Amino acid sequence: MEHENHKHQEHAVLADAFNQNEPRVDWHDETLWWVRQKRDRMAWSIPEWEELREAASQIKHNVLGNMHDYLLEFEKNAIANGAVVHWAADAAEHNKIVLQLLQEQGVKRMVKSKSMLTEECHLNPYLAEHGIEVIDTDLGERIVQLAKEPPSHIVLPCIHKKKEEIGDLFHEHLGTPAGNADPKFLTAAARQHLRKEFIQSRVAITGVNFAVAETGEMVVCTNEGNADMGAHLADVHIACMGIEKLIPQRKHLGVFLRLLARSATGQPITTYSSHFRKPKEGQQLHIVLVDNGRSRQLGREDFRNSLKCIRCGACMNTCPVYRRSGGHSYHNAIAGPIGSILAPNLDMKDYADLPFASTLCGSCSNVCPVKIDIHQQLYKWRQVITKEGYTKKTKAAGMHAMNIVLSKPGLYKTAGGVGRWVMRTFPAVVNNGMNPWYKQREMPAPPKESFADWYKKNRK
Amino acid sequence: MSREAILAAIKKNQPEYQALPDLSGFGQAGPGDPAAFKKVVETLGGQVYEINSFAEIQPLVAEHYTDLKQVVAIKEEYLPGAATQWQTGDGRQLEHVDLAIIPGQLGVAENGAIWVTESEIEVRVLPFITQHLAIVIDSKSILPTMHDAYARIGAPSTGFSAFIAGPSKTADIEQSLVLGAHGAKSLTVFMIG
Repeated sequence: MEHENHKHQEHAVLADAFNQNEPRVDWHDETLWWVRQKRDRMAWSIPEWEELREAASQIKHNVLGNMHDYLLEFEKNAIANGAVVHWAADAAEHNKIVLQLLQEQGVKRMVKSKSMLTEECHLNPYLAEHGIEVIDTDLGERIVQLAKEPPSHIVLPCIHKKKEEIGDLFHEHLGTPAGNADPKFLTAAARQHLRKEFIQSRVAITGVNFAVAETGEMVVCTNEGNADMGAHLADVHIACMGIEKLIPQRKHLGVFLRLLARSATGQPITTYSSHFRKPKEGQQLHIVLVDNGRSRQLGREDFRNSLKCIRCGACMNTCPVYRRSGGHSYHNAIAGPIGSILAPNLDMKDYADLPFASTLCGSCSNVCPVKIDIHQQLYKWRQVITKEGYTKKTKAAGMHAMNIVLSKPGLYKTAGGVGRWVMRTFPAVVNNGMNPWYKQREMPAPPKESFADWYKKNRK
Repeated sequence: MSREAILAAIKKNQPEYQALPDLSGFGQAGPGDPAAFKKVVETLGGQVYEINSFAEIQPLVAEHYTDLKQVVAIKEEYLPGAATQWQTGDGRQLEHVDLAIIPGQLGVAENGAIWVTESEIEVRVLPFITQHLAIVIDSKSILPTMHDAYARIGAPSTGFSAFIAGPSKTADIEQSLVLGAHGAKSLTVFMIG
């Protein structure tokens, strides 16, 4: 899998590769900014938008503080509804549970609607190793699956792809005419292709957007209708969810369904907000509750608010770094600002670069529908990661040298003089590829004297 | 077992309990505006016909759809002569349905969503698998916001229910909006009253 390889390259390196094609970067940037603007128009049309965000944040805070009891309440109600509830401590256990259910059914091929959790757990490659093919049914996910890539965005999985590339993929895999890149035509081809899969599939996996403790029901939101096509036709519906998807009561759906699609794509609501409560007659409904580090994150006071996330993707669409570096540069199932505060909890060493992939401008926090302090957490993760010794050696060395110089006034003065002289006399020493600051920047002209000297002369 | 370990870790790590916010300020008293509802459904790519009786449905269907071979109507009055005995099976029997006409319990003016439950549609996959979907709702059942909708709906009474807002769609290819992803390719709302 490509994203396994990504684990070994850092964000800056991957972003650099993405930036080799400048028109493509501009297009990516502008497309996501357009989605961000749609979100703004929707948000501004609701006078009580800020109150809604605050309410959503408080509801989620209540969930964090009462998660133990809500999980028990949800479990009890889900079982009463006829569902089977499974608990998975980590990704491996989640995958094992799903595999066992599939083996019990004897299926070799099944449909799955969008679930970032199963991406996080790398379910598809695991099932493939065991001879089971997963057909992703969200159009964007199917496209990246055919391209053997992970999604680059949690809501817009193939936002990095041009329609011509998709046309080529469909020509190769679905037999559409070569050179046809019309979105309408390609969507119709995918509809036909995936209808066959829905009809044949006896098991369907879906994600979960919200799980209501009070009723034991799960709400799944899609525009395409793929979760419903899969789940209603299957003999076995497996719903996989992170434990943070809980909300206390049904009425709280009113708050979250108002915020989710408006924040995500600037729509007033997704086409389908489906409430799955009981399995249909003769059907099995399995719910897999997954921890995978969430209970640990719950214990980190500075970072627990990240568990409020409802996966709208607004922080990605607004992020100046995400828009210009692409989702794959984050080498994690969840990219962008939110992915950068979730990932270090999963593996601090592997994802040590991500909290640094930000300008800390704070735009992510401003658009977050549940008011997660994303940019502040990015800043705090930098400190934790540096303290734990996981920062890159060059960055750590630079910081260390800066610390020595800045903490000794005499040395600071000397170093400043030497630096100005070097920049004037031998500009190539700093204006070259060895200096990371020189990339995409011209070094400024060095001043003739230091501020301290100027101040001494001019103080009257 | 993982269940106990997860629950124990959560109990140990969860922050102090914080009360739930009061949501009473969000709802709006009174009915929703059918004109506003109609406008939103249209922006979502649906079409709305205001009618006075079920008898008006048939001519509108004849006028706006061509080549309908299989039509399912939940109520005989919606479309006399529509398919009968379509309920038997696991849902796959509906693979070739061209148009389904179903009732909606209520509509939401702020986003065009219509509440549909299993007790009316009988076979869950019907509104998704049909090529075209039509929903009949009473204009007096339009409510202003989602808060009002959930207040009206109350506790769940069926195994499955959904808000449906417009036809199925996708913009996954270069953000070009295409109607008709996996669910119904079009949505028509017949608003009575």
